[in-house]
Amino acid sequence: MINAEKNNRDYIQDIAEIRSMMERSSKFMSLSGWAGVMAGIYALTGSYIARQVFGFHPDSYFYQPLSLENGFPNLPEVIFTGMGVLFLSVVTALILSRQKAKKRGLSSWNATSKRLLSSISVPLFSGGIFILIVAHIGLVGLMIPLSLIFYGLALFQAGQFTFNDIRYLGLIQIVLGLLSSYFISHSLLLWAIGFGGVHIVYGIVIYLRYER
Amino acid sequence: MKLSIDDLHKAFENRIRLGIMSALAVNESLDFTSLKQFLDVTDGNLASHLKTLEKKDFIAVKKSFIDRKPNTTYHITDAGKKAFEKHLVALEQIIKSQR
Repeated sequence: MINAEKNNRDYIQDIAEIRSMMERSSKFMSLSGWAGVMAGIYALTGSYIARQVFGFHPDSYFYQPLSLENGFPNLPEVIFTGMGVLFLSVVTALILSRQKAKKRGLSSWNATSKRLLSSISVPLFSGGIFILIVAHIGLVGLMIPLSLIFYGLALFQAGQFTFNDIRYLGLIQIVLGLLSSYFISHSLLLWAIGFGGVHIVYGIVIYLRYER
Repeated sequence: MKLSIDDLHKAFENRIRLGIMSALAVNESLDFTSLKQFLDVTDGNLASHLKTLEKKDFIAVKKSFIDRKPNTTYHITDAGKKAFEKHLVALEQIIKSQR
């Protein structure tokens, strides 16, 4: 027989426990908001360097299928800057999320983080390779819009496996990517807004909502 | 609404078993290590609760090999899903009726 003495409080606690377990076992909630803020700062620095130091003007070589060797001054440097931003952002996200998981007494490498990583790696890797091919055949102006679009798709996907809010972050990146493919002369600015500004805002939102 | 108390399943009275069912309800399948991490329990404790649920046919086990190492995964059965859902509805009813 069921223990009739079990009171209402226990039942409410049961429901709370069920809900928390469902979330804990299906979503990676240790993603760090600060990692988003840092990624934004790296992206702003990177786009500043690309424009001011390497004189990167994506519109000046849009739709000019020339070979890499004779067309674009400083293009490899710009690509390396972008990769540097990406690398720093990923490392920061991994370190900070690991710390956050530890603080909550969880392991950062579990079923949820594996699922999150494998789901975003498909759009990110296919996008990354596509961008390199596009740059290689000389359509340099498309690199920025494509990076925003594929990153946005990855985030949209990630929303299923971590904070739901990430989906909207993904949609914003996709819209910025589409805009930048049309307004190619403003694409570096749009990239700085997407990877820089929006990341910082979202990082702060995640921090305020889930980490305080 | 007294009836609904009878709908509460005894097997889910235990918090660990409740946790196992909740985790398996939202995951296609989970291996022993993942369950252990989510529930924060010892091997022996988890194994005994898994056995109880397995005997009731609420969960099922799948044994396979990954890189020649044995890998045991657990998933919820249709009977388990039904019983768990019934349990959830009963919990809700009780809380509602006592408010």
